[in-house]
Amino acid sequence: MDTLSQSRAPIYEALKKYKAKRVVSFDVPGHKQGRGNPDLTAFLGQDCLSVDVNSMKPLDNLCHPVGVIREGEILAAEAFGAENAFFMVNGTSAAVQAMVMSVCKQGEKIIMPRNVHRSAINALIVGGAVPVYVDPGVNKKLGIPLGMSVEDIKKAIKENPDAKAILVNNPTYYGICSNLEEIAKAAHEADMLLLADEAHGTHFYFGDNLPMPAIKAGADMAAVSMHKTGGSLTQSSFLLMGKNVNSGYVRQIVNLTQTTSGSYLLISSLDISRRNLALNGKAIFNKVMQFAGYAREEINKIGGFYAFSKELINNDTIYDFDITKLSIHTKDVGLAGIEVYDILRDEYGIQIEFGDIDNILAIISVGDRSLEIERLISSLAEIKRQHMKDSAGMFDHEYIDPRIVMSPQEAFYSNKKSIPIMGSENKICAEFVMCYPPGIPILAPGELITKEILEYIFYAKEKGCFLTGTEDLRIENINVV
Amino acid sequence: MELWFTEQHTKNVRFSIKIDKQIYSEESEFQRIDIFESKEFGRILTLDGYVMVTQKDEFIYHEMIVHVPMATNHNIKNVLVIGAGDGGTVRELTRYKTIKRIDMVEIDKLVVDACREHLPQTACRLDDERVNLYYEDGLRFVRSKVNEYDLIIVDSTDPFGPGEGLFTKEFYGNCYKALKDDGILVNQHESPYYKEDAKSMKRAHARIKEYFPICKVYQAHIPTYPSGHWLFGFASKKYDPVCFDEQAWNSLNIKSKYYNTALHKGCFALPTYVNQLLENADE
Repeated sequence: MDTLSQSRAPIYEALKKYKAKRVVSFDVPGHKQGRGNPDLTAFLGQDCLSVDVNSMKPLDNLCHPVGVIREGEILAAEAFGAENAFFMVNGTSAAVQAMVMSVCKQGEKIIMPRNVHRSAINALIVGGAVPVYVDPGVNKKLGIPLGMSVEDIKKAIKENPDAKAILVNNPTYYGICSNLEEIAKAAHEADMLLLADEAHGTHFYFGDNLPMPAIKAGADMAAVSMHKTGGSLTQSSFLLMGKNVNSGYVRQIVNLTQTTSGSYLLISSLDISRRNLALNGKAIFNKVMQFAGYAREEINKIGGFYAFSKELINNDTIYDFDITKLSIHTKDVGLAGIEVYDILRDEYGIQIEFGDIDNILAIISVGDRSLEIERLISSLAEIKRQHMKDSAGMFDHEYIDPRIVMSPQEAFYSNKKSIPIMGSENKICAEFVMCYPPGIPILAPGELITKEILEYIFYAKEKGCFLTGTEDLRIENINVV
Repeated sequence: MELWFTEQHTKNVRFSIKIDKQIYSEESEFQRIDIFESKEFGRILTLDGYVMVTQKDEFIYHEMIVHVPMATNHNIKNVLVIGAGDGGTVRELTRYKTIKRIDMVEIDKLVVDACREHLPQTACRLDDERVNLYYEDGLRFVRSKVNEYDLIIVDSTDPFGPGEGLFTKEFYGNCYKALKDDGILVNQHESPYYKEDAKSMKRAHARIKEYFPICKVYQAHIPTYPSGHWLFGFASKKYDPVCFDEQAWNSLNIKSKYYNTALHKGCFALPTYVNQLLENADE
């Protein structure tokens, strides 16, 4: 195994070998190379279905890898500069949950910013850990939550010396990074582990002049969404570990909830994407940075729209900025981000990642060409020409400091009752309410429902945000403790 | 030796021309460019395997895309041409002394270079002093222009490949903004016959109609294009192309091979099935 090089892709190679052998299958999956499901085969292609196979000795087993999957993990760990790497087939959500659940047990504390993805709070519900939230601060003009200040983290550590770990976003949805090196140092001095949600940070490991990747900064674990900016299939992801982490135990935690039928389509997509980024990542992300820089410059020329970047850096809550992210403030055009998001899709046939109250986010990645970039810029110019309004009366803040009354697990599993959202002020919320995307909770289980939060929810609903999380799919009723 | 160029007009229809020899073949940043010599059509320029112009029938396309708008408004002074790397459209435009400026925006410089060298028949007037060449994306170029042109001609490839951005709503909207209050937009409008081409045609028509009060479509017969039946879009803020000053154009004494003022009136009369496609373009 020590002769493996990054130009290899062991799982992909094993699948090709397997295919060439024309093995007769009396195994699952029952479609048998697609023959049993002609419509699906016509839709996805024979090549695709022929490698949708079950675990077997020559192809290894994701739950207990000792062959080609292990080799793929070793190569991935090397490519990311980590001690260990696991292939994840249930999204970065599963990776985030595995991180939290492998460092915190029932009742133990974890320090995190409130603008985490719902998967982190889900882990608290399942595992029973208790959050200590650090206010990430907010940029009032842009209406976006920021990174974590080192001082705030140190304060939280001092006040909660019994906490087991700190979780950070690297970067946030909007591309904002915290000072991870200092945070890692502070965490380790207090015997805590540092976990990073790098759902949007794959490229940090491969490109030049990008914010520091978490593992390099000293984080102990990182959840990396290879599928978001790295080119692998949706739902595939990497969990990275540093040397302070017992990876065997983490594997057991992963296996508590992970499928025992890991998809080889997902696993091989990770293997091939890792090879591509290891070999070509620098060039790919240079191009991505050029595209994003060009788009930002052109969009800022249109006026009204503000595509923000490194000028925001304040060496604290905005320690660094991911310039591949095309985050655009839309409020000065008189349109909510979600409105621009909807117009782009419905009228111009352009799908961007999300729009919230004040901003939109366009993902630029390995697959983009200048043709599409020009279309996005020109569509925004047209949206301004045809839809610009006075921005007076628009909502002007985004982050609402949560008031936590009980732990997420306690609230979620308590005796709940469903009441109309309208009349829920001052009750304790027993479920999530969030806009998706981005999937950052407006309310999480155990938090007090305030007038301010209700106003925010009604405004988001009115502007057309896709609200999710409640048991009631119409979001008219809410479960309270 | 049998050497044939074949273009797939649909999945089930092929169009072939016997080739004498290949003159040029390069892969640019955007597309593959080939020039062939043939007995029947003379030199042929193809992009990504699709015929763009042939020496024998290019006059039909270029005369129709230029003389119809030029005869509609005799005060056209500032013209923007998008695409048109072979130079044929510019050649026709330079025949009007009244034109003061022609901005031509072609994304692929290599196409222009290849045509200058191997297709002088179309590229011959690119050095006219009124012509300004810009090698950039048309969508990008037009974005910053406001109230500047009397006429925009979109002489693009098909809506798959580098020409894709020139069939979009954002492009037509930006063109509207770049035109003066009596501006005209003429575009290559695909063919009504084969299903896939007809879809592009309907989509383009529906999008242009959102911006311009006057939107018409006219036709020509081009032997080397799929089905031979080709359409052009005429969109305008003020002028109806069917009401025009015939005498004024005839007095210019421009010698043409396809276009004439009688044809100008007739080319807007379309087959019934085409009218129906256009009426239901929004579907």
